[in-house]
Amino acid sequence: MKKLLALLLVAVMLFSFAACGGSDDTGSTGSAAADDFKIGIICLHDENSTYDNNFIQAIYAAQKELGLKDDQVLVKVNIGENEACYNAAAELVDEGCNIVFADSFGHETYMIKAAKEFKDVQFCHATGTKAQVENLPNYHNAFASIYEGRFLAGIAAGMKLNQMISEGKITADQAKIGYVGAFNYAEVVSGLTSFYLGVRYICPSVTMKVQYTNSWFDIAKEKEAALNLINSGCVLISQHADSEGAPKACEEKGVPNVAYNISTISMGPNTAIISSKIDWTPYFKMIIENYKAGKAIPTDYCGTIETGSVALTELNDKVAAPGTAEKIEEIKAKLISKEIKVFDTKTFKVGGNELTTYSADVVDMGDFKPETEAIENGAFTESSKRSAPYFDIKYIDGISE
Amino acid sequence: MSSKRLAQHSEPLLHITKRDAMVWYKGVIIRAIAIVAALIVCSALIVLLTKLNPLDVYSEMIEGSFGTERKFWILLQNIAMLLCISLAVTPAFKMKFWNLGAEGQVLVGALASAACMFYFKEVRMGDTLPLVYEAPLSNAVLIPMMLVASMAAGIIWAVIPAIFKAIWGTNESLFTLMMNYVAMQLVAFFIMVWVPNGSSVMGIINPNTESGWLPELFGQKYGFNILIVGLLTVAMYIYLKYSKQGYEISVVGESENTARYIGINVKKVIIRTLIVSGAICGIAGFLLVSGTNYTVSKDIAGGMGFTAIMVAWLAKFNPGMMVITSFLVVFMQRGAGAIATTFGLNQSVSDILTGIIIFFIIGCEFFINYKVNLRTKHKEG
Repeated sequence: MKKLLALLLVAVMLFSFAACGGSDDTGSTGSAAADDFKIGIICLHDENSTYDNNFIQAIYAAQKELGLKDDQVLVKVNIGENEACYNAAAELVDEGCNIVFADSFGHETYMIKAAKEFKDVQFCHATGTKAQVENLPNYHNAFASIYEGRFLAGIAAGMKLNQMISEGKITADQAKIGYVGAFNYAEVVSGLTSFYLGVRYICPSVTMKVQYTNSWFDIAKEKEAALNLINSGCVLISQHADSEGAPKACEEKGVPNVAYNISTISMGPNTAIISSKIDWTPYFKMIIENYKAGKAIPTDYCGTIETGSVALTELNDKVAAPGTAEKIEEIKAKLISKEIKVFDTKTFKVGGNELTTYSADVVDMGDFKPETEAIENGAFTESSKRSAPYFDIKYIDGISE
Repeated sequence: MSSKRLAQHSEPLLHITKRDAMVWYKGVIIRAIAIVAALIVCSALIVLLTKLNPLDVYSEMIEGSFGTERKFWILLQNIAMLLCISLAVTPAFKMKFWNLGAEGQVLVGALASAACMFYFKEVRMGDTLPLVYEAPLSNAVLIPMMLVASMAAGIIWAVIPAIFKAIWGTNESLFTLMMNYVAMQLVAFFIMVWVPNGSSVMGIINPNTESGWLPELFGQKYGFNILIVGLLTVAMYIYLKYSKQGYEISVVGESENTARYIGINVKKVIIRTLIVSGAICGIAGFLLVSGTNYTVSKDIAGGMGFTAIMVAWLAKFNPGMMVITSFLVVFMQRGAGAIATTFGLNQSVSDILTGIIIFFIIGCEFFINYKVNLRTKHKEG
């Protein structure tokens, strides 16, 4: 009898699914009046990831500034880089979203799939590379010139190293720093190189060792990598990975740390110096305002220091060297005026030589072949030909794995 | 009927006796009571932790699974995938072969399908926009090739620990568990080879020609997945219940010595059963690539290889009941996502709720199998 019941329940389920298949209710996707505007945000993880939390806080900030109601901003968390992303996007469209935004690199192909299907909805994607090639009117990439933020964070690290040298804690030759990277990928390589160049701008004798975790979010691995680097003699750590693993390892060992995405002062009150971050609030405001005004959203948008997209978090005066804040302001002004270029080819060498030409894979045709000359006017033109970073030189002299 | 009396000798307040077979509807009633009790506990927790109205939360969970036609199809698709892997682990578990390697078997199955798609991937014709692509193989050739490759991969991954167990008596739990990690690293390795820019993201394979993608069925993109798993469910039910091989699995599971005594070749049964198990995991991997994600990643199985064990066990290895238990698990997961979005709750809240409900469901089995007797005067028998 129990089996009969089981079969009956199966039959009920099959019946209900046949019944549902017959209905033809389709979600309306017409252009919305200002009041029923909605934006949907797709996040790879939830607020426990510093990376995703940065997006979540930014959309809430934009919501506040633009006076949107709570039900106009829908945030979907823990959406994997697979069909779940397409389904989340489609569900957000069903719920009436006019703009759908996804925050992770691996979401891109699923967002494109959704963009091709839902032509009345704008799809925006952070860190992606394909908008230029896909050439869809409703699919857009965005990033920021975060290498400038990394450079500024590097200034703070350099000041700290100089302080340690002048206090006699280390010699100039011992100015070795460590970097915990997620993947051996252009976005990470560009970030670690610009950070290193910032440090070296202040402390010329510095060298850097990189260790990858091969994961964007892995607390244990990030902590382990940071400890490895510290044990191999690194006196300052920075990272490009999304958990609190490295900052906490640094706090345990009393090693200064420069972080990314969020302020880590609460995790490491005695070691956190500063963090560079992309502030997505200006981008969110821009796309919402553009949509409401009927203006196009840029196909490939790159925020800068001037747009407020590249920012630094609060400086921890307890740890930072004296004069750091002033120095950062000074260099920031010079970056804006272009007096300093982060990837000025006169400031670094590759294999002992100055870089005069470099072909980068800017146009993402899926073939991984470089095609675009990236050196112009004596500098590597990072993020100007495409918002997502393409500086993938492994490595400039002074950096090793 | 019986009244409480003072016993002459000290008798415990409660004692527990094994029940005889219970009338089926009583079992249903006990389970229903368990679910209601679980919901009451969950409600109390929701009010305490979040100050939300629990009815709103429950209705949002139902909305999250059934709210739109799309949500309903996604629900069915998710049930189909979890059910498929649950079916795969069932024959092995019934035989008391603790196959903890379904995750890895699914992964290598997915990897094999993705490899077929990758090595016969669409070719770009020229460099001018808009780009035009052509598929080197027709789907009539490519899709069967993927299916066979996935099943073969799943079989290899399952049969290695089976052979070691059958011949040398190695511990299959540890062996299959370790094979998961090998499978994960294998996937990570191939993605590194296929995607040389270091991002470790494969992305949709063949997005332009849809080569190697299962076509729509009845206008539904998940139609084939649901149909195939539906057929597998029926087939597995018949196989376990009515076939000689299914009987042999039960006997080996009950007692290997009995099996040997009545002339069953235990080694052969172990290996043969794991071939079945691995093949179905391979099919699950194929469906995850060809019918669902069109890509492969380390987490494509998403822990379903382990959840499936719970699903199968809750259903007492009855494929028909597994439809219901996998529905329950998927419903909770989908509901979890919905309440996270609507109420801004962390998804852990719904994990807690899922845990409570499953605790009650498993707990009520105790009351189905055993009877709790209060201190009473026994009838003389």
